[in-house]
Amino acid sequence: MNRLRMLVVFVLLGLGVSAAADELLMARITQPFPEAMNNLQETIRAKGYVVSRVQRVDVGLTSSGFQTAEYRLVFFGKQAEIRELSAAYPELIPYLPLTIVVFAEGDDTLVLATDPLKLGEFFNKPELLKRFGVWEKDVRAIFDDVSRIP
Amino acid sequence: MFRFLILLASLLFYGANAAKAAEPSARPDGARLYAQRCSACHGADGRGGVGVPLALPAFLSSVDDAYLRKTMRLGRPGRVMPAFTQLADAELESIIAHIRSWPGQKPPKTAPQDRIAGYVAHGQTLYTRHCAACHGAHGEGGHGTGVTLSRPRSAPILAPALNNPGFLAAASDTLIKTTLLNGREGTPMRSFLKQGLKERDINDIVAYVRSFEQLSPPPGARVLESESPVLVRVSPYSVEETVEKVKTAVGAANMRLIRVQTLDQGFVADGKENHDQTIVYSCDFSFLNEALKVDPRVGLFLPCRVTVIRHAGKVQVMTINPKRLSRIFNNAELNDLCEQMYKVYVEILEESVL
Repeated sequence: MNRLRMLVVFVLLGLGVSAAADELLMARITQPFPEAMNNLQETIRAKGYVVSRVQRVDVGLTSSGFQTAEYRLVFFGKQAEIRELSAAYPELIPYLPLTIVVFAEGDDTLVLATDPLKLGEFFNKPELLKRFGVWEKDVRAIFDDVSRIP
Repeated sequence: MFRFLILLASLLFYGANAAKAAEPSARPDGARLYAQRCSACHGADGRGGVGVPLALPAFLSSVDDAYLRKTMRLGRPGRVMPAFTQLADAELESIIAHIRSWPGQKPPKTAPQDRIAGYVAHGQTLYTRHCAACHGAHGEGGHGTGVTLSRPRSAPILAPALNNPGFLAAASDTLIKTTLLNGREGTPMRSFLKQGLKERDINDIVAYVRSFEQLSPPPGARVLESESPVLVRVSPYSVEETVEKVKTAVGAANMRLIRVQTLDQGFVADGKENHDQTIVYSCDFSFLNEALKVDPRVGLFLPCRVTVIRHAGKVQVMTINPKRLSRIFNNAELNDLCEQMYKVYVEILEESVL
């Protein structure tokens, strides 16, 4: 009976409902939101990326009458990459430029991004996989660096 | 035969990640891995947030390392906690060692008992009376992710989904029984002994919870499948005309137009933008507010965005496929919203190329 139980659980997890692998990169920054935002953008630039826009989601929400903590989106990328990839693989455009969500959680700030490597499941070209790998390392490094700033 | 089937199922589940799970040569830094992989949800010091407050002495003293190990490896399908399939075994162990290094954290002394016998029917009656209010009528657990916008910060923990395949695989009968016997100090979970139940009643509840394994995967563990990462339609109009039609369609979908910009805006000098790659941003703030209540991470794909491009002589309109969000966020409570968003996007796309 116990073996049957184990089998059922493994099959359920392995086949039916296994799609829970971590697809998000997340980090906690033990700084208040304003400092974390500044440090994040500086760190992104230090990695050679351009911050193309900051979307103030919280401002849109509050202007519509909803309460929210600070909540922003940071769009970033490299001009040459964006130009080349979007020309060669236009179906990638909805996922460009790279995006990081930044929001306050109490005295801390949370940052998150999709794991670029996961795009490889759908855009399975060697040159793209290589690029996704670089992005994944860079986003992890950005999160690591900004998390360590005292 | 059963051994073979179990082995086969295990290989199916773990096989794809076997190479990645190989032992690294250097001893992993558990504190650093915890900071990288766990602290965003569980807090830098384990006080919780999106995830359960691991630092509760009553929690860690009642769960064994096997529970922690399986929870990290299998996650909670549809309940936000991801399956950390990429971590090597040694990395998992180092994270566990780090968590166990916190002051006052001791693993339970009792060895897990494989199976606790009980009467399922009686357990169901008791469950309905004593557990369902928090854990749901069918063990589906509390609602929301637990982060800032979804519940008051005073709430220490969401009631776990007891019918979740990840929980059932990780939790031994002994763990469930111990929790029922002692409760969890610092959470709403109270000792059932102190509420007047006998040990045999508690065994019956354990047997009932364990019987969830016999059922089909619950809706709360379901993740939407998406065959494509993007939704695309070909437009018979020019880019400029299509952008105008997208704007009209967005308005018809009760969304507020936020801005229209090229993909390369912010990367190139003003006047040098490529208008053959134009993005229309819009938002239904009421929908956004509801989505953020369910899961504040969904902002990653907001505001709504429709891209119009000219490529190889064809004009195309495209969006992300919202059904992919279900998989990315591993939150079944988002599934309805993902389906809604999918329909809205399809309507906008169809309208734009009509």
